Amino acid sequence: MSHVLIIAEHDGSQLNSATAKTINCAAGIDNTELHVLVLGSGCDAIAQQAAEIAGVAKVLVADRNENAVPLAAVLAPQIAEIAAAYDYVFGPSTTFGKDLMPAVAALLDVEQVSDIMEVTGPRSFKRPVYAGNAILNAEVAEGTKVVATVRTASYKAVPTGNSAHIEAISSTAALPSHTRYVELQSEAAERPDLQTAKLVISGGRGVGSKENFDIVYKLADKLGAGVGASRAAVDAGYVSNDMQVGQTGKIIAPDLYMAFGISGAIQHLTGIKDAGTIVAINNDPEAAIFEIADIGLVGDLFEIIPELEQKL
Amino acid sequence: MKTIMVCLKRVVDYNVRIRVKPDGSGVVTDGVKMSINPFDEIALEEALRIKERGEAEDVVVVSIGPADIQQQLRTGLAMGADRAVLIECNEDISSLTAAKVLLKCAEKEAPDLIVLGKQAIDDDCNQTGQMLATLWGRPQATFASKLELSGNVAKVTREVDAGLEVIEVDLPAVITTDLRLNEPRYVKLPDIMKAKKKQLESVAIADFGVELSSKVTAGNWETPASRAKGIMVNDVDALLSVLKEKDLV
Repeated sequence: MSHVLIIAEHDGSQLNSATAKTINCAAGIDNTELHVLVLGSGCDAIAQQAAEIAGVAKVLVADRNENAVPLAAVLAPQIAEIAAAYDYVFGPSTTFGKDLMPAVAALLDVEQVSDIMEVTGPRSFKRPVYAGNAILNAEVAEGTKVVATVRTASYKAVPTGNSAHIEAISSTAALPSHTRYVELQSEAAERPDLQTAKLVISGGRGVGSKENFDIVYKLADKLGAGVGASRAAVDAGYVSNDMQVGQTGKIIAPDLYMAFGISGAIQHLTGIKDAGTIVAINNDPEAAIFEIADIGLVGDLFEIIPELEQKL
Repeated sequence: MKTIMVCLKRVVDYNVRIRVKPDGSGVVTDGVKMSINPFDEIALEEALRIKERGEAEDVVVVSIGPADIQQQLRTGLAMGADRAVLIECNEDISSLTAAKVLLKCAEKEAPDLIVLGKQAIDDDCNQTGQMLATLWGRPQATFASKLELSGNVAKVTREVDAGLEVIEVDLPAVITTDLRLNEPRYVKLPDIMKAKKKQLESVAIADFGVELSSKVTAGNWETPASRAKGIMVNDVDALLSVLKEKDLV
């Protein structure tokens, strides 16, 4: 029996769905016991949410003031200490996990496997490289702790309906004071989260301006969809960075993805390869996005979006 | 501050369409254009801007790889770096090993700031900066889209999933760069000539005494499954009828 420690991601009040997706990945390794580690401050509710996830055997709670904000420099020494008793340490490949897990791996003096998309054996994992244009089988030697991040778009969240045992855990690790959290600047999150939305409407450079994005939002709101964007649209200042979909932005897997005025650079396509159905609307019939779209429509998005909105 | 150390990785140029070798042993790199990892180029640009504002004296670029990486280091010097260190290594090394070697380099250079890309666009690992900071026992500020220095403290705006997170770190620190931190300059011909006279020091990786073998090895490489060929529709009505058929709207 191997033991897997899964690092929970949360925002202080709510467990992030990336955690349940990471658990799904870990559950693909044979003969393991899954434990979730929640690091936070006053985080009983989050521990409770973690305990409800199917397949979790135990939830460990490291509750202390310093854990109120997610600073890798503060969390990593605690995780590394607790991880000593585990064979696997998994975190989500979100910005939280990407920031944190390599620090944990370095403290444990082991290499990290980034972005697991498939478990092919107890010590072998598929992961995308070159912006998803090649898939590599990474193999971890026997006797080495496996520290990894999980590409959450490759996994569905496991359902709830469990009530795992919750246990407080404390760490004696010395915590640094050289890193201080100042603030999070976040756009009001009135629309569904990109990484969990079933429908995502995205705009690219073709939308043309920040003001023009309003028609994208209107259509999204009518459909209850999340809103994404290409790097070009973010760079041009039409929308904020947290909406970027692609190799260096968010990797998403909605049931339906509709791309308006997005040319389809490979870096963007990397972020949407796992979508159920991809719809592309672009006035350039040669746009690369049509190569991977399930349904393509050549035309002017400023005519098509209002018509769609009206007919839906 | 005195020195900024910038780590550059040589990668297959981002415009190259990657092909997996038929025998699954890797990707085709023979005769393929190589460049500085774009994120590392942003890192160097940021270091140069700090120096040009008079807030640093010396920018050193460091790279690990075969002797050919001299080209990328020369490009870095032409962009404006003061000197370069080429750590010659003819095998693939992991991010952890790279971090250990860069740590030795940092111990020698004693930089106030180490700047590097958040990830390399070949292995997409996103690990080296974090590992280097951790091994060095210094702060990390990853995915930076804004960097403000004031005395011994750097205020860094980070691109995170929820928006923009601001943190403060004491120097020395490791910063990893995101795309929107800056737009790197183009290299001008006279600068390329000037760069030839700048100092480029070569060191064998063996001199650092770091174990190079890896516990995580690359097995078979595959081409990703491609999506089935799609259809084109002529108007919104046709689009909606397909979406309704699939029960998507």
